[in-house]
Amino acid sequence: MDHLDGNALAGPLADYFAFDVTEARARCNGCGEVAEFARALVFASPAGTVVRCSSCDHVLATLVEAGERAWLGLSGVSALEVRRA
Amino acid sequence: MSFVTRGFGGGSRDRDDRLPPGQTLVQDFPVLSAGPTPEVDTGEWEFRIITEAGTHRWSWDEFNALPSEDIATDIHCVTHWSKLGTSWRGVSLDTLFENVESQFDYVMARSYGGYTTNVPLDELLDGQAWVATEFDGEPLDPEHGGPARLLVPHLYFWKSAKWVRSLVMMPRDDPGFWEQNGYHLHGDPWQEERYW
Ligand SMILES: [Zn+2]
Repeated sequence: MDHLDGNALAGPLADYFAFDVTEARARCNGCGEVAEFARALVFASPAGTVVRCSSCDHVLATLVEAGERAWLGLSGVSALEVRRA
Repeated sequence: MSFVTRGFGGGSRDRDDRLPPGQTLVQDFPVLSAGPTPEVDTGEWEFRIITEAGTHRWSWDEFNALPSEDIATDIHCVTHWSKLGTSWRGVSLDTLFENVESQFDYVMARSYGGYTTNVPLDELLDGQAWVATEFDGEPLDPEHGGPARLLVPHLYFWKSAKWVRSLVMMPRDDPGFWEQNGYHLHGDPWQEERYW
C-alpha cells in the first residue's frame, strides 16, 4: 500500500496541535530513533491515519476521525520535542 | 384493502434487510490497510494458537491438509460499506480449536506486520469464524490478507485480521490495534458498535 511522507500530517493534525507537528521531533518507542514527524511514513485510509517510524516501521501515532469526535493515539511516541517561539 | 404499499419510493423499498444500519452496498472490494502489505512466503508461513499451556502450530502444508469449507457471507466494514454474498474458502476455527484447551475466554489475533485485534473466544466458535485462504475461488490476494486471513463476518471487518499468524488466548478482553485507538472493543455492525 502506498504511503505519504510526514508532511501530509500538517493538514489533519494541525487541528489538534497548537504547534507545527511536522517540525516537532518524536522519539520512537520501537527503536529509539528521534526524528522529525515530517520524516515519518503516513498510511491514510478511511478507517484512520497511521503514522509509522521510517527507521523501524513501528506505529508512532494514529488518528481516527468520526464526525464530531476524533481519537489521537500517540502510543508509539515516548516524547515530542516542540520548538518554542 | 391493504395499507402497506410497496414500491412507492422512499425509504424501506430500497433498503436491503441484509444491510446493517449506516451501511451502503458496494460491488468492488475496497482495500484498507494500516501499514505496508507484508510479503509472507507460504514456505515460511505458519499458523499458531498459543495458550497458557503451550503452542499449537501448523505449517502451510499441514494447514492445507485440514478439512476446509466454502463460506458464503456478507461482510461489513466500519467505514460504511457492505458487500453481500461474498465467497471464501477456509478452515473453521472449530477445527483449529479441536484439540486446544485453555482456561481463558478471550483471543488476540496477531498478524504478520504487527496488526492485532481482540475477539471473545465464544464468537469464534460454532461456525462463526474461519481462517480463509481463498476469495472468489482464487488464492487470497496479499492486499486482501493472503496467504491467510481471519474471517469473522458477523463483526465489523477490522476484526477479520489480514495476514493472521497467531491466535493468543488471554484472560481479559484486552484491546487490539484499532480498539486501542478509538474503535469499539466488540464491533457488532447490527448494534453499530463502531467507536468507544
Ligand atoms: Zn522506530
